Amino acid sequence: MKLLAIDASTEACSVAIYNDGNVYSDFELCPQSHSLVLLPMVDRLLKESNSQLSDFDALVYGRGPGSFTGVRIGIGVAQGLAFAADIPTIGISTMQTMAQEAFEVHGQKYVNVAIDARMSEVYCSSWHLTDKGLMELATQEQVMPPEKFSSLIENSGYGVGTGWQAYPQYLAEKCQNNEEVAVLYPNAKYMIPSAIQSFKNGETQPADQAQPVYVRDTVSWKKLPGRE
Amino acid sequence: MRILGIETSCDETGIAIYDEEQGIMSHRLYSQIAVHADYGGVVPELASRDHVRKTIPLIKEVLAEANLTPEDLDGVAYTAGPGLVGALLVGCSIGRSLAYGWNLPAVPVHHMEGHLLAPMLEDDVPEFPFVALLVSGGHTMLVRVDGIGKYELLGESVDDAAGEAFDKTAKLLGLDYPGGPVLSKMAENGTPKRFRFPRPMTDRPGLDFSFSGLKTFAANTIAKEDSSDQTKADIAYAFQEAVVDTLAIKCRRALEQCELKRLVIAGGVSANRSLREKLDKVTQKLGGQVYYPRPEFCTDNGAMIAYAGMQRLKSGVSADLTFKATPRWPLDTLDAC
Repeated sequence: MKLLAIDASTEACSVAIYNDGNVYSDFELCPQSHSLVLLPMVDRLLKESNSQLSDFDALVYGRGPGSFTGVRIGIGVAQGLAFAADIPTIGISTMQTMAQEAFEVHGQKYVNVAIDARMSEVYCSSWHLTDKGLMELATQEQVMPPEKFSSLIENSGYGVGTGWQAYPQYLAEKCQNNEEVAVLYPNAKYMIPSAIQSFKNGETQPADQAQPVYVRDTVSWKKLPGRE
Repeated sequence: MRILGIETSCDETGIAIYDEEQGIMSHRLYSQIAVHADYGGVVPELASRDHVRKTIPLIKEVLAEANLTPEDLDGVAYTAGPGLVGALLVGCSIGRSLAYGWNLPAVPVHHMEGHLLAPMLEDDVPEFPFVALLVSGGHTMLVRVDGIGKYELLGESVDDAAGEAFDKTAKLLGLDYPGGPVLSKMAENGTPKRFRFPRPMTDRPGLDFSFSGLKTFAANTIAKEDSSDQTKADIAYAFQEAVVDTLAIKCRRALEQCELKRLVIAGGVSANRSLREKLDKVTQKLGGQVYYPRPEFCTDNGAMIAYAGMQRLKSGVSADLTFKATPRWPLDTLDAC
């Protein structure tokens, strides 16, 4: 199985290639400049792994939540590459990706993800490890004030994401790693385990159905009086 | 040579395929008007969300309609600016990646150059040099055109674009967004000379425009008068007459100043019948001619991006692997072909 994974949902940009067990990956912090970094990164890794787009069984993309524009850059590129190479797509949650890294790198089984969503809110969810070694959603992905998310967490878990960095007072209360947030951003490398499972289950979609999951669906736009 | 054109700079997703010999082979437009009507204007985030849903499906449709496969293409052009940055980035990311995946040159296109060259898609093609009036909801400018990429800005609006003034005045008359075209329809039943609106900035030299005062004048007139359908139609008539007159006066001046006889009009407002008739008269008087695209290529569309992209592709433009949306991008900074 060969998978190409890309993510541009947050301040980070990352690409990973899975080739029957071998993984090639790259990760870079590049706030506001994903459009300059993402395709050159894809190109570099394709050359490094000696592969072509049409070799891949599926294109894996970070479906959000995160920065609206960043998520769409990643998905625009995913749609373009997948449509051009005529391969299907698999969307993976950015929060799942971060929770998976907490397991793969830090051995954690219970993870609370909080991504800074601005406007005094965080994108948040809790995850637990299944016996397949994959992180599974324990609560819905939502957007809410950090104090509310903190109050909803029953068992202390491992905190990941920029939300905990932005609101450290709640990290101390509810997370084992009460000082340091080691996993701040999603990394395409950790989208691979879940994507392999999705591919085996036949959960793929054509390029035009690669779509964002924004989680926040109403922000600053208001309808005219009488049209609400 | 054949090129795919992608336009996503505002609230329309436009896709087309242009062939150097056959012209436009197929084109599709998805307008988001219904999405934004409830908000009284374009909501940038919602526009971006719609583009990411519609772009690839429309590309599939134009390929199918033209009976082509990607192997039949020689390049991919996409609008890189000016426009809404989030909306632009959807077309740029998809367009750049498609070109990479298909191993074709990628051609970023200036949206206003697309509009400016849209009349080239018609049978009666204007020769260089000419004066162009670009008039839409986002822009009002007069440009001297000596060739592809050889643009000299002669004048532009210092405040609202003409199309914007149309939409805002329509809103004051109680019409839904975007009300400009409906206002023009209403004006057909208007009584000439019942109201007279000013012709802004025509009493002094220069080729700049100002339309925000007209909107205020309309607001004051509406407040003073009754709200009958006839009065509304009369106000619409007087407003449109003032905008058209103002544009015509400046076009005549621009032609005289440049000593040219060919005038090109493009952009959404160039579909306005009253404006076309007026500019026909103005250019005839000067012994010249006015050129405009068919109505569907006046508003934003993929065909003009494909055409402009082809001209740039032939001159050797091929973007590197980065893509960039440029929300503000002066037309006169483009390279000449």
